[in-house]
Amino acid sequence: MDIMDKPLTKNILPDRAFATLADYESTGGYQGLRQAITQLQPKEVRQWVKDAGLRGRGGAGFNTGLKWGLVPEKKTNDTKHYLVVNADEMEPGTFKDRFLLERDPHQLIEGIIIAAYAIQANTAYIFLRGEYHLAAQRLTHALQEARTKNYLGEHVLNTGFSLEIHLHTSAGRYICGEESALLNALEGKRATPRAKPPFAVVSGLWGWPTVVNNVETLCNVPHILQYGVEWYQSLGRGLDKGTKLFGVSGRVKCPGLWELPMGTPIREIIEEHAGGMQDGYKLRGFLPGGASTDFMLPEQLDVLMDYDTVAKAGSRMGTGTIIVLDDKTCPVQMVLNLEEFFAQESCGWCTPCRDGLPWTVTLLKDIIAGHGRMEDLDTLAGLTRMLGPGNTFCALAPGAMEPLQSALKYFRADFERYIVGHNVVMEPA
Amino acid sequence: MDELIEKSGFEGLSPTEIQEITAEMGHYEDKTAASIEALKIVQKHRRWVSDPCLVAVSELLGISTAQLEGVATFYNLIYRQPVGKTVIHYCNSVTCWMMGAERVREQLCRHLNVKLGEMSADGEYTVLPIVCLGACDHAPVALVGDQLKLDLTDNAVNEILKR
Ligand SMILES: Cc1cc2nc3c(=O)[nH]c(=O)nc-3n(C[C@H](O)[C@H](O)[C@H](O)COP(=O)(O)O)c2cc1C
Ligand code: SF4
Repeated sequence: MDIMDKPLTKNILPDRAFATLADYESTGGYQGLRQAITQLQPKEVRQWVKDAGLRGRGGAGFNTGLKWGLVPEKKTNDTKHYLVVNADEMEPGTFKDRFLLERDPHQLIEGIIIAAYAIQANTAYIFLRGEYHLAAQRLTHALQEARTKNYLGEHVLNTGFSLEIHLHTSAGRYICGEESALLNALEGKRATPRAKPPFAVVSGLWGWPTVVNNVETLCNVPHILQYGVEWYQSLGRGLDKGTKLFGVSGRVKCPGLWELPMGTPIREIIEEHAGGMQDGYKLRGFLPGGASTDFMLPEQLDVLMDYDTVAKAGSRMGTGTIIVLDDKTCPVQMVLNLEEFFAQESCGWCTPCRDGLPWTVTLLKDIIAGHGRMEDLDTLAGLTRMLGPGNTFCALAPGAMEPLQSALKYFRADFERYIVGHNVVMEPA
Repeated sequence: MDELIEKSGFEGLSPTEIQEITAEMGHYEDKTAASIEALKIVQKHRRWVSDPCLVAVSELLGISTAQLEGVATFYNLIYRQPVGKTVIHYCNSVTCWMMGAERVREQLCRHLNVKLGEMSADGEYTVLPIVCLGACDHAPVALVGDQLKLDLTDNAVNEILKR
């Protein structure tokens, strides 16, 4: 494996529980920080990351350097800026951030320090989901190591920049991952989203400018600073730059996670890396990037995994972790499982989502129980519009509608079979 | 010791709890922000958050009990009812569902003779569903106490219950 091709996972080895500080430093760890903090102005760091073309790995794909640039310049010394790491990974089917957190905690910490320097934040919080106990343990230890090496704390590497990082472990709820809800959760409140604008970069934690970034996003940052913009750009195969952790779960031969160039064809991920479908199962479709992305079909296997290409194919790259639907799993029941998740996790703040998701669940259950009517499919289609973009307070409900709307389009016959009473009952394992 | 406190009636937060909560309060601009950590600290020592505990924590944080109750009931991992020594959270999200989460649930509940949310007769276990645990490549999975258990075949579930 060439280290330069796999910057994110170069320290993650099969026979190594996790990379220690010494392991991390032995492959150039904390050199990016040294470069940033001793050679570059914060503005230049932002420019590097922007030019590199790094896009947010939390799902939305916003240019990271651009986001950092939206933070207003500090006018006085009393002004505070905050950096918050979104480590709330809870999108069903997504298992990439836990891997990075557990196996190479220093990579994230270095990314946080550089990002905090770039936006001139002196306090950062890692918002970690409460279920990730091992990650909490490893991060706590790594943070302590970083402090003793003066990567963290007062006068980082004897410069004028100081930073403290606090680990906040959450208590569960998918909505905490939505960045404005996350800020409320961090303030000790119920995690309901906030009205936007103002955006967090202007008014976030306790009203101060705050950048929220995903774990994987920040893990990319040290390498951009260490090896430069051109190198980073050269890693992508499609329209986007850098590498990405791609995963596959479901009935494939070798479910797993791999660091591959942005723009790797989906076929290569499913057929080569995941080894194709298990014997006796055929591929019927897949969600390319977690529960809140539209289904795609086997005909679309040659689509490249980058934000814009997947969007053009009618879905979203989301978190880049593919969930495979096989021919022995009922798509209607799969959608019911997804909608039950979203209905349960809705924060209840706005009416379309609070009422619309349970209604969706009821309709799907009725259909599966054999009490459905053809009109129910129109009602479901209506719901996908009513809960779609622009009609709800945050993106949870529109995300919930993506697998439903595409299932109605691609697997309509499966819905209809339940309604006309000729369904083949397919039970999950 | 912690159980004694609960049995003989609530006698206030312990010095350890107060110390741990106070340390958390120092991490934030505003002490309200320590609410969730505070509830988790209480839970670490007492397994769940009883009404008198909730009142004591709200007084320590200087916020109303109603506000803290709003927080306590919002989050999945704060228990407002007694739970067993070990809580088994089995994942019921999409990949685990496809790969056999129902089978895991059925096996756990049958062996322990409980419904979801109930405590087993010996007080050892409570079984609850949880959303995706971020280990979909090893589905189905469960969180047993703070240990993530992967690839749950029938045998693996039996192993969990044998301890
Ligand atoms: C319902 C919902 C849940 C989300 N959950 C997460 C999450 O668990 N982790 C994450 O990084 N982003 C999540 N996001 C996206 C964040 O709001 C935000 O866009 C992201 O953290 C920004 O970081 P990035 O620019 O580095 O991607 C979620 C969004 C929504 C609407
Ligand atoms: S869309 Fe759903 S999750 Fe988002 S604010 Fe409305 S009720 Fe809450």
